[in-house]
This record gives sequence, C-alpha cells and structure tokens, in this order.
Amino acid sequence: MSVIISQNQNPNPWFCTPLSLIDLALRNTYILYMEEVLIEESESGNSCTDEAAPALIAVHPTESSVVVAVGSELRVFDLKGDSAVSPLDELGGPHHSASIRAISFSSDGELFASAGDDKIIKIWKTDSWNCIRTVQSEKKVSAVSISQDSQYVTFADKFGVVWIVSLKEDRDTKAVPILGHYCSIITSMKFSPDGRFIATADRDYKIRITVFPRNALKGAHEIQSFCLGHTDFVSCLAFVCSQDQSKGFVLSGGGDLTVRLWDYISGSLLYTCALDDKAGILEASEIEENDKRAVTDICASSDGSLISVAVQGFNGVMLLSCDLVAKTLSFVKNVSMEKSFIPTSLVLVSSKERLWTVMGASNLTSSDLNNNNQRLLTRVRIISFLQKDPLDSCSRDPALLEDSQVPGGEKLLMQLQGCLDAAAQEAAFAAAAAAVRTSLQNMMIKKQYSVERRELRKRNRNDKKIKS
Amino acid sequence: MSATARVPRKRFYRARAHSNPLSDSHFPVPIRPSDVDFDFDFDFDFDFDFASHYPQSSGNPMDLVRFADVGCGFGGLLVALSPLFPDTLIVGMELRDKVTEHVKHRIHGLRATNPGHYNNISVVRTNSMKYIPNYFHKAQLSKMFFLFPDPHFKEKNHRRRVISPHLLDEYAYVMQLGGIIYTVTDVEELGDWMKSCLQNHPLFEPVGEDEITTDPVVKLLTSATEEGQKVARNGGQTFMAIYRHVASKED
Repeated sequence: MSVIISQNQNPNPWFCTPLSLIDLALRNTYILYMEEVLIEESESGNSCTDEAAPALIAVHPTESSVVVAVGSELRVFDLKGDSAVSPLDELGGPHHSASIRAISFSSDGELFASAGDDKIIKIWKTDSWNCIRTVQSEKKVSAVSISQDSQYVTFADKFGVVWIVSLKEDRDTKAVPILGHYCSIITSMKFSPDGRFIATADRDYKIRITVFPRNALKGAHEIQSFCLGHTDFVSCLAFVCSQDQSKGFVLSGGGDLTVRLWDYISGSLLYTCALDDKAGILEASEIEENDKRAVTDICASSDGSLISVAVQGFNGVMLLSCDLVAKTLSFVKNVSMEKSFIPTSLVLVSSKERLWTVMGASNLTSSDLNNNNQRLLTRVRIISFLQKDPLDSCSRDPALLEDSQVPGGEKLLMQLQGCLDAAAQEAAFAAAAAAVRTSLQNMMIKKQYSVERRELRKRNRNDKKIKS
Repeated sequence: MSATARVPRKRFYRARAHSNPLSDSHFPVPIRPSDVDFDFDFDFDFDFDFASHYPQSSGNPMDLVRFADVGCGFGGLLVALSPLFPDTLIVGMELRDKVTEHVKHRIHGLRATNPGHYNNISVVRTNSMKYIPNYFHKAQLSKMFFLFPDPHFKEKNHRRRVISPHLLDEYAYVMQLGGIIYTVTDVEELGDWMKSCLQNHPLFEPVGEDEITTDPVVKLLTSATEEGQKVARNGGQTFMAIYRHVASKED
C-alpha cells in the first residue's frame, strides 16, 4: 500500500519523529502568539491616551483657597493670604505619585481629600495644608467624598466598592467596605446636603441612593432607591436642596448627553433635559460619524436656580435652570470660551456667585521647546454671575472674567496654571481635550473584543481541564 | 399530542455548568422595571389595581411577580412551585442562553399538555448579579431562591458568588419586609459562607425552625431541581440557610 506524503507546510504527524512533534507544537504556539499580538496592535489605539487624566478644580466654600489637581500635582493657592501654598506631609507620607482622580473639600471647608491612581487617599487640614492622614486602597480610586459632619471620608475603588475611614479613629486603621456596585466603576459619589444619604453613580447607567447610617463603619446596607433612566454611563451628580423633607432632588449628567432631575427618595425620574441640540455649536466637520459626546461635570446652586454643565467637545459651559416646584429643567444659555478651552472640571462658589472652571490633562505640557522644565499646563477661567448694575432688574448676565479680573490675579494664575500665557497654547489644549475624551470613553465603555479576538482569548484560557 | 408540545430533551441543551457573571453578555437589559419588555410570557388573567400599588408603572404584568428563582437552571423549581402557588407570578433568572431556551420550551410544553396550568411561571435570560434592580421594584418580591449556586472555590473568585454582603443589599431592596430568602448548597464551605453573610447582614434574620418545618416550599429546595436530585442520588449532604428580610435596627 502506498502512502502519499503531502507537500504542504504541515506534514502528516504520523510520519514525524517525536522531536518534530514538539517543534510543530512550538511553531503553532508561536503562530497563535503572533496572531494575538497583531490583532492587539491593530485593535488598540495609542495607549498613551489611557493615561490622560483630566485636571480637577475645587474651591473652599468661602473661597479662601483654590486647588487645582493635574497629574499627580496638587496646586494650592491661598486667596485669603494671597500666596501660593505647598501642601506638606509632616508625617512623612508620600505625595501623590500618579494621576489624581478625585478631590473634595468638606462642606465646612476645614478638610480636603485627594485620591487617585497611586491607590492612596490623602486627607489635609485646610488651615495649614498639612496632611493629617494617608489611607491605603487596594485598587485605584475613582471618587472621594467627605461626610457632612466631617467625621468620615469615603472613597470608591475601580472595582465598584466604596470604602470608609473614620477620622476619629487611629491613623493606622484600615478602611472598611460599606457598599458595592457589582463589577462597575463608580464615577461620582456625593453626600446629600442633610447627610442622611450617600449617592453613588456608575458606568452601568445606575445611580444608587443609600441611607448613610450613624454607625457607618458597619456598612451602608439600606438602599433608599435606584435612580434608573440614563441610557449610558452616569458621569456626575449634584444635589439640590429642597424645602420639603419628603422629597429630595438630585441632578445627574451622563454619556447619553442628558441632564436628569430625580426625586431620590422615591427614585423617580422627574425631568430629562437632552443637550444634544443645545451643544450643536461645533462645526459639522469636527463631529465624526459615531461620535458620542458626554456630559462630564455638573454643579448646581443649592436652590437649583443655576446649574452649570460641562460637555465634551464644547468650549464653554452650558447653563440650565431647575424649577423645583414644577420639577422641570430648562436650558438657559451657553457661555462660550476661547476655542479649545473645554472645561474638565467645574465648581460653583455660591457665596461669591462665581463659577470656577479648569481645563487641563495629565499629559498636557508646554510646547515651548526652550523651556526644559516641562510643567503640566492648565487654564483657569471664571464666570461671574453678579449683577453688574444692582439697579438693573433684568436677569443676570454671566460674565467671563478676564485674567486681570480674576481674584488672586497673576499670582493665582501662575500657581494654578503653571504659566501666564496658557491662552496661547491652543494646539496643546486641543490635543489634551481629545486625549481626555478618549480615556473617558475607554474607561466607561467596556472593551468589546472582535469575534476573532474572543475566540483567540478563549483558546488561551488557562482553566481548562487537562485530559488524563 | 403535537411535536411542539413534547417536553424537550435536556441532551440538546447541554451547556457548561459555569458561566462568568463578570462578563457583559449580549442580551437586552431593561433600563428600569417599568421598561421590562415581555421577553417572557405570562399567560395570565389577573385583576390587579396597578395605579394604587405602582403609580409609576406602565401596567406591566412584571410588577406582579412575587417569587424569583435566581439561577433557575433547567427550571425544576419553577415547575414544582407553579401548582403550589397558582395565583402568584414566578420568574426564573438564568445567565446561560441555551439553558434559558430549554426552560422556555419546557414551560410551553407543560402548558400544552396541561391546559390551564403552568401559566404563572416564566424565565428571563439575564445576569441577576448585575441587573436585579432593573427588573424589580423596591419591596416587590416575597420570596427569592438561590439553589445550588456556583461555589467559586478559589478565594480570588469569591467575589463572583451570588450571595455576598454587597449583593444582599440589593436583594433586600427588591424584597418586601417579611419576605424570605432561601439558599441551599451541597458544598459545606459555601453553605457556611452564605449563612454567615446572611447572619451578619443587618437586614436579614434567620427564620425559626418551626416555621421552616411548616413551610411547603422548603422540601422543594432539595427535591425539585435536577441538581438537588443528583445530590440525593449520591447520598450527599445539603446545607440550607433560610432568612427573612427585616427592617434596619438603626434608632
């Protein structure tokens, strides 16, 4: 009986010696590995964009100090003392070594918390800007908040678990988990103004309102409501005070480009304000086919009369207003800023009727090649809502302040921005805006593998039973 | 008896016993309970005053569901519960696609061979660890079942367990006060784990022994499902934890 030996690359193994079998196996493994590498390269974009963390801004409730967090730096300016401040850690703890992802003042302004990708949360006293505590997290932190009585600090890790530390306990005490959003990333976490509830929003379209108990270290187990209605990730939350105890109002913004008003006691959706037509100031050429834009930040005056919204791709701030009696939201106007200035973070100082905005990213450095000291750049702009003429009974016109009108003047801008001519760095800001947007999309939208890639991944699973 | 009415053979619906609850599978999920699309079918005439019970509801029969079998597998418990509670709507939730299809066909087959019966049970394909609040309102369910859940032995996989301190918050949310949660397993370590999670949770209290002996549902936990029958055949031991949802004791 004759046997035909094929002439192709894979000879019939029955005719191979054992050594050749191993060789065959190795070659096949190598081919599989190369397939994976090639597919991975073609699928993933520039991995640098995953690193672009947006710059954040926070202002003391009485505007006595302003903080901008960009990359791993905390830039503090003391407005009362009219000087830049360097936060200290006299306990010898580390300063932040990776991008800061969340910052917050306590509601009385005495404490400040910062946390991020370096898996630590630092708590500072704002009179001396000394760090009183550094807490270790197991995972990167995506949100941080201080309870209304300033007794607890909560932080959310990228696994969806919210942890808590009590400031009354010993400094070395570890954080304990109080609640979890199963397998999701928490994008925003805020305490209700009366301190009774904690609201957490995640990338799986959910907002959970949980009762914040007195003995919070035992956990926050009682869910008051779920506010469900967003059709994409929820990115930001802002509480609005209500006179009526039986209702509570909270605003949210998300990847579906809507701002929604909720009664969080019952979880009902009261009003949805779609921003897609209001944001349409971008030229058509700038918008790609499937380009979804998201609301990135929101802040509100306590009575809801003034709501400021930051939207990806929009160089300015959108103003909305909320009617708590009629329970509706309405669009007021857009305040445009210079081209390429897309705010990454907003904060409203109600007492001074000023909205502070910042634009920046952890990869935005000066394009000035002469300057060897590459500082991270940010741009700070302020909108004032004060009536210019008190006798004028017309509705207030928001005014964008010039650099010369900014409280703290050049000193503040130098400290927070890193330079005085940030306005001239347009190209750099445009690139940073795009990078921040891509990194947000990557974080919020779970990676979808192509069918081939999924099959490849299944092939390389390491938990299969070995045939005996 | 037509061919379509025949109860389907399990052999054609085989699937891996394990499914990863962490992965986002591709099935539709309602945004909120009132949006539940009747993917599953209740053939049921019921006189119910929707407006007063659920002011926000769209008149959706999903609001009437009172029992949920989480991880219902091939539907054994659903089929056993149906005749015991003919006026109650019962839903099974299952992650595996093929298995859900089997249960649907099984229910249709039973309805065809037993006219007027098995109209109160149905199944939905979903990830109940992620989406329970999407399907059920606050305080909607009076019973929840977790029969022979995946043990996820490795410690790093404990977070995939369907009973966990965090998920119990969500189960308490969808359950009425006084509602009962039934868990059973043949894996002792998992049994201890579930019992301790429930014991340590402030919103659950153990159901007394007397009540357990008089509850008609309890013996179904070990006898109604294929998994339970397999354990009995092999002479294995089962570990139950039955708890009631109670109000928080915060003053």
